[in-house]
Amino acid sequence: MTDIFQLQYALDTFYFLVCGALVMWMAAGFSMLEAGLVRSKNTTEILTKNVALFAIACTMYLICGYAIMYGGDTFLSGIAADGVADDWSYAPAADFYFQVVFVATAMSIVSGSVAERMKLWSFLLFTVVMTGYIYPMEGSWTWGGESVFGMYTLGDLGFSDFAGSGIVHMAGASAALAGVILLGARKGKFGPNGQVNAIPGANLPMATLGTFILWMGWFGFNGGSVLATASVESANSVAMVFLNTNAAASGGLIGALIVAKLLFGKADLTMALNGALAGLVAITAEPSTPSALQATLFGALGGVLVVFSILALDKLKLDDPVGAISVHGVVGLLGLLLVPVTNDGSSFSGQLIGAATIFVWVFVTSFVAWYVIKVLIGLRVSEEDEANGVDLAECGMEAYPEFTSSKS
Amino acid sequence: MKMVTAIIKPFKLDEVRESLGELGVTGVTVTEVKGFGRQKGHTELYRGAEYVVDFLPKVKVEVALADELVERAVEAITVAAQTGKIGDGKIFITNTEQVIRIRTGETGAEAI
Repeated sequence: MTDIFQLQYALDTFYFLVCGALVMWMAAGFSMLEAGLVRSKNTTEILTKNVALFAIACTMYLICGYAIMYGGDTFLSGIAADGVADDWSYAPAADFYFQVVFVATAMSIVSGSVAERMKLWSFLLFTVVMTGYIYPMEGSWTWGGESVFGMYTLGDLGFSDFAGSGIVHMAGASAALAGVILLGARKGKFGPNGQVNAIPGANLPMATLGTFILWMGWFGFNGGSVLATASVESANSVAMVFLNTNAAASGGLIGALIVAKLLFGKADLTMALNGALAGLVAITAEPSTPSALQATLFGALGGVLVVFSILALDKLKLDDPVGAISVHGVVGLLGLLLVPVTNDGSSFSGQLIGAATIFVWVFVTSFVAWYVIKVLIGLRVSEEDEANGVDLAECGMEAYPEFTSSKS
Repeated sequence: MKMVTAIIKPFKLDEVRESLGELGVTGVTVTEVKGFGRQKGHTELYRGAEYVVDFLPKVKVEVALADELVERAVEAITVAAQTGKIGDGKIFITNTEQVIRIRTGETGAEAI
């Protein structure tokens, strides 16, 4: 073993771990974004969902998720302590750590869409199924390289999803969509004559902070997906990925801000925030091959699309309080379809088949899981609990007790 | 004795307080309130959907006065709180039967 190899191994492992920590921090971003965009009476519960889902996702992935996705034994008994013997360029435990925070990200997407009306424990039960089985299965067909039930192998068809526009983001949104369909809209969101009522979020500084945290965490999400940094080639790639990720977020925000101003006459901050995230999702499928200009344009395309998608979902009476289905699902698909524009190793047909595979699998299995939970314990809190806020009904405490009149 | 109740625009509170102070008024009670008058509410926009804000925030200033001060106090409030635009508010004057200072038990104009 040469000194250079030792250095490379250490550096790649270190880089992987730091990127994983950045992705872990995205859980904080989702928490703040969602807490900001719900009403104050539902704050404690959405925060509880966010911290609990992170812990459950990490535990389920450890119990069986990683083994389903990448092979090996359950409870991580197959993870080798030393990767050198197996020709890995980094420590296997670092690989697990980096993968596990992605599962949590996929699940975080779901919580915002079903916010303000879903029972806490129904959501956590679904988290177990999603992070322990549904996500690892589609992960095994994509990053895991397995064939889809022995029928076809996505990699051979020209499917490419660098950091997970489809595998992580669209998958999360597909599960969210199934949940929203079975759950129904928040009371008062849609009027009897088809009008869409605004339910303003309680804390826009918090939503903005959450967006900045996600933006920052995304450098780990995309940057870490290069999987190495300790060579000139991979260091160049990492730098390009950071640059493009940032450019796409900027393009997305500008796109959404301008569209919101043109459509509504006002600069809607929440749309701008969704636009930045849409830009990030759009570039996630391929952040290494586009030029900086292409990345900005791809991001802007995502930012423009997300505004129209949010309005369209409202028209369809699908109530998504934070816009997660539009940001991660609709723009996730866009991200997949943009890959062949700059990456010759992928094909439009491969991207379409991959997207369809992920969507059908996650949507159908999630729908079944949500439905079973609905029959067993119900998905939705009572009308009275919804009116009083799920904070009191589910958690028994308010997020801002001093500000409300209920104590006096 | 009279109770003068003024509903004013919140940003005018400091000016009203100052001009009442110049008259020798020694105490006022201030409450943040919401309501509507001819100004009505306004619509706001959130994620492309309009919603109506029916009740606008105002400040209610209550001041108990000896009869001879009422006219000047009303004028002081009117001058200080006026912008000339809709929504400047209103002043209500009601009779006050009795005033008692809790600390000493004084009553009437002495207690104001």
